[in-house]
Amino acid sequence: MKILVVDDEADVQPLFLQRFRKEIRSHEIEFDFALSGEEALDYLESRHSEVVLILSDINMPGMSGIELLSHIREEYDAPPPTVFMITAYGDEENHRQAMEKGANDFLTKPLDFNLLKEKLKFFTE
Amino acid sequence: MQIFVYLAAFLLLRRLIKTIKFTPLYEKWGKMLSVSSVLVWIIWLGTESIFGDITNILLSGIFLLALVEYIRRMPEFNPVRSFLEAHYPLIAIAVITGLAELLFKNFYHDYDYYFQCAILLGFAWIFARWASSKKQQDELRAVSLRNTELDRLVEERTAELTKQKNELQEAVKLLQTTQQQLIQSEKLASLGELTAGIAHEIQNPLNFVNNFSEVSMELIDEMEEELANGNNDEVIAIATDIKQNLEKIRHHGKRADGIVKGMLQHSRASSSTMEPTDINNLADEYLRLAYHGLRAKDKSFNAELVTHFEDGIAVVNMVPQDIGRVLLNLFNNAFYAVQRKQKLGIEGYRPTIEVSTARKKDELEIKVKDNGTGIPDEIKDKILQPFFTTKPTGEGTGLGLSLSHDIVVKAHGGKIEINSTEGEYTEFVISIPAKN
Repeated sequence: MKILVVDDEADVQPLFLQRFRKEIRSHEIEFDFALSGEEALDYLESRHSEVVLILSDINMPGMSGIELLSHIREEYDAPPPTVFMITAYGDEENHRQAMEKGANDFLTKPLDFNLLKEKLKFFTE
Repeated sequence: MQIFVYLAAFLLLRRLIKTIKFTPLYEKWGKMLSVSSVLVWIIWLGTESIFGDITNILLSGIFLLALVEYIRRMPEFNPVRSFLEAHYPLIAIAVITGLAELLFKNFYHDYDYYFQCAILLGFAWIFARWASSKKQQDELRAVSLRNTELDRLVEERTAELTKQKNELQEAVKLLQTTQQQLIQSEKLASLGELTAGIAHEIQNPLNFVNNFSEVSMELIDEMEEELANGNNDEVIAIATDIKQNLEKIRHHGKRADGIVKGMLQHSRASSSTMEPTDINNLADEYLRLAYHGLRAKDKSFNAELVTHFEDGIAVVNMVPQDIGRVLLNLFNNAFYAVQRKQKLGIEGYRPTIEVSTARKKDELEIKVKDNGTGIPDEIKDKILQPFFTTKPTGEGTGLGLSLSHDIVVKAHGGKIEINSTEGEYTEFVISIPAKN
């Protein structure tokens, strides 16, 4: 299962790689990263069929996570990729907007990786 | 005829008495002059009875001369000097007449009439001079009266002016305190705008600190497992990860620390100490603060942030919190301008803020450019004035750019250049002298 993580903070990458160390080693999960919405769209253009789940931050300079979500929903619908949005704590407005645009689920910062793992387990079953 | 000479002496003394009557001189001279005036007649009578008519005229002349010369030598009587001098013709005539009478008797008797006329003329001359000097003195008195009046007026005006000057000084002092308060409240206002940005900026590193420490704990558990399994290679890989994580924790801890320190510096009254500062870091930090500050207020707002930070600019001497305020102000203005343009709903418009730094010879150049609403030509020369603002009442203090100008130009000896086309873009170029 391939997961694309979109976040402008490069340091989330080692976090994911370390947290999912075992899963990566056993080839259950594979991660790819994009540092911006634009980069994520470029990535999806060539490889959207590989990606099963997209985890995107909302608050990014340039294209925001919400915009990225709308693009994804407009351009890729067969099959529609699953998108989890990562919102800052207490950011009701973005939460509501992301819901409207068709996000599948939400995670709040700071990321609770155990919760994410739970959700993924549920997702892979 | 000598009676005229004595009369002249008498009148001279009386006149002097009159002149000094109401002055402190009267104390010293009054009595003496009165006595002398009586003495004149006693002398006249005395000489008349002793010498008879002959030679009396000569004596009278000498007497008047002595009297005039004596008075003339007294410095107190300097003001009446010209009046005293008016007596010389009479004295001269009296002496000449007396000498003629004594030495050229026949000649004198032949021209008796002319000598008498001359004495009368000399006598009349004194009074003519007296009258004219009286007129002069009246004029002088009038002038001095006017002078006193003028002096009084000048004094009055001076007092008024001194009072006004003191009032103005008070007002200036008050204005200076108010200015200081305004600067301080401007700082606090911009700090208020920043709060959301700061919260976001601190939250992010804190999240990393939490996440990396959690993941490291997990890694240690895994490391123990791998140790038990004897997987040395894995153990070494995990140890490397943990070490990296600890470095990340330290990095993000410092990041949060820097933000809090910057915030404190920003609100503190300027210490105005120049210190070597990395302008790229400073600009980046404030750009993010401004961006997240605005995003906190307007969630739908988004802008492209483009940075061209020249590498190896090295550090430049400046007052970091002051230049930080200048940058913050320019960023806030830029975001405000693109936000307003975005609300016009122009199709395909992407708000963009560009920040670039460069080292030009011996100056540091910082450019802040936005593709927002631009500055109309008619207000271009006003935007640096204090209290000038285009924002609605209550939204801007109108002090941001004027303070920025003071900081860059007056405190750092640099300059601010503004390029703008209405409806298209605005670019602020700040240059600060940078010595190697």
